[in-house]
Amino acid sequence: VTTRFIALFVAFAALITVPQWMPGIYYVNVASQILFYAIFALGLNVLVGYAGLVSLGHAGLFGVTAYVVGYMLQLGLGHTMAILIALVISLISMAIFAALSLRSTGIGFIMITLALGEILWGLAYRWISLTGGDNGLSLKTRPEPFGYSLSEVNIFYYATLIIFLLSLAATTVFVRSPFGAALMGTRDQPRRMNALGYHVWAIRFYACMFSGLLTSISAVLFVYYTQFISPQTLALTASAEVLLMVISGGAGTLLGPIVGATLVVAVKTVVSGFIERWNFLLGAIFVAIVILMPDGLVPGSARLWRSIWRKRQSTGKIPSGAGAKP
Amino acid sequence: MNLWLVLAVNSITFGGLLFLLSAGFSLIFGLMRIPNLTHGSLFMVGAYIGATFVLGIRGFQMNIWLAAILATITVAALGALAERLLLRRLPGDQLAQVLVTLGLSFMAADLCLMIWGGDPLSVPTPAELEGFVHLGVLVFPAYRLAIIVIAAVFAVALWLLLERTRLGAMIRAGVDDPDMARVVGIRVSQLFTIVFALGAGLAAFAGIIGGPILTVYPGLDQDMLPLALVVVILGGTGSLLGSFVGSIIIGFIYNFGQALLPELAYFVLFLPMLLVLLLRPQGLFGRHVP
Repeated sequence: VTTRFIALFVAFAALITVPQWMPGIYYVNVASQILFYAIFALGLNVLVGYAGLVSLGHAGLFGVTAYVVGYMLQLGLGHTMAILIALVISLISMAIFAALSLRSTGIGFIMITLALGEILWGLAYRWISLTGGDNGLSLKTRPEPFGYSLSEVNIFYYATLIIFLLSLAATTVFVRSPFGAALMGTRDQPRRMNALGYHVWAIRFYACMFSGLLTSISAVLFVYYTQFISPQTLALTASAEVLLMVISGGAGTLLGPIVGATLVVAVKTVVSGFIERWNFLLGAIFVAIVILMPDGLVPGSARLWRSIWRKRQSTGKIPSGAGAKP
Repeated sequence: MNLWLVLAVNSITFGGLLFLLSAGFSLIFGLMRIPNLTHGSLFMVGAYIGATFVLGIRGFQMNIWLAAILATITVAALGALAERLLLRRLPGDQLAQVLVTLGLSFMAADLCLMIWGGDPLSVPTPAELEGFVHLGVLVFPAYRLAIIVIAAVFAVALWLLLERTRLGAMIRAGVDDPDMARVVGIRVSQLFTIVFALGAGLAAFAGIIGGPILTVYPGLDQDMLPLALVVVILGGTGSLLGSFVGSIIIGFIYNFGQALLPELAYFVLFLPMLLVLLLRPQGLFGRHVP
């Protein structure tokens, strides 16, 4: 317990002092990106890891929030109103999304979310009078909450950090609550949960809504970070990218999506300096992780660590009963 | 010629291509219980390879039909290879299999961009099918008519294969109850490879013969995959009749939608799918909910 506490403290101190020890503004921006993608991954992980429902349409939802923020600002609304309206519309979309895709689980859920994500992509791409089509929408300004201008790189980082920590705390409370336990129950034994009197569908629906909320929050940060939104943000590649974050880090753990987001954003930033072919690498990493380390980096390395530790403890002893098992 | 008639012919042509694409998708889904997310890529890779053969390698040009056969065989072999080397490693783990097909589709899309560049390739209509066919007072473009005929021939051939041959009976048994099929001595895992290769070949073939109509461009895979998905959700998985009817319906909605509501064409396309999901989740002709 004490090592965990120390690790948490070191991580927290490192996060708070990022603008001090990072070599430049560019890297502080990368850190902001990692944090809002981590919120997105945490949101998807609620579904993928804890509810056992793999969504391939989350980028569509992410895009809805980003587009609504952009469109509302174009209509001349203030930042607060734009963000509030965006969150409300996104949650309504998520409710529709969930109502449709929860008609099925497993592979059916994947297919329906994929199709819904493609609809939203198609709308963003073709409904030019609303979304600007391929040209996208640009945002002219970032908000200035309490007089702090988010155009300042460090201030944007700290704002993102605060929202990230709040989201992480909310997710931790969510998955460790009795509701979280019930959610994992519906993942592992839906029939028994039903027999025990739980409303499996409603539990999954609420999990979708929580996941959608985190997704929208990260999308608000994203759209203010890039100050631009185009259909590319909603593409299947984007949904796959965030799914890769969840799976590579370790679905169903709290740390996994954060590690995964760090890994994916870092690789993408470093690699894009050398080659244009990020998608090829994304696909290759995807295939490699699914085949070689299916439960992700965090559980995978924890298991590796435990087995090394156990081996070190047991060296010198005679392996009792080895080979004698029936 | 009447605008509506042109639209109708285009719809049936597009429906025919969609049928070739989605029949394989539906069979793979029925047998292996996974949506093969590389299906759009197989269509595009087939189209690119075929286009390269037709446009000529170092001045050696090929007839489109010969190119179609060669590219179909190549892509079918690639499909079989992917199934043997990658999907086979994850037996029974459907989620992992879907994710592998997703990863492969990104790799394929990027490889195509690397090899063929970003400019669209237009494939010339074969000389013998240029021009129009007169049927009474009506006039039809010959190549589109040819695609309709080819799709119809393939539909009949696939139906005969599934309903009248030993292999077809084995596939049907695998679709209905894979465990029971194994018990009575059918090597279901071998069927997986055969069906995957068959589906890949059909998708590639559709890509090539669709080339003169659709042109070949990066992103073609992402345009076709959702269509195959919608057809199969609409028609029902593992059902040949389902993908046939679904393809024709989607062919009509796609073409009429683009003519009448260009901004919302994509949205209109998915409406029947949503209706089916709400009212009849197993699809029009499907037997089990995916």
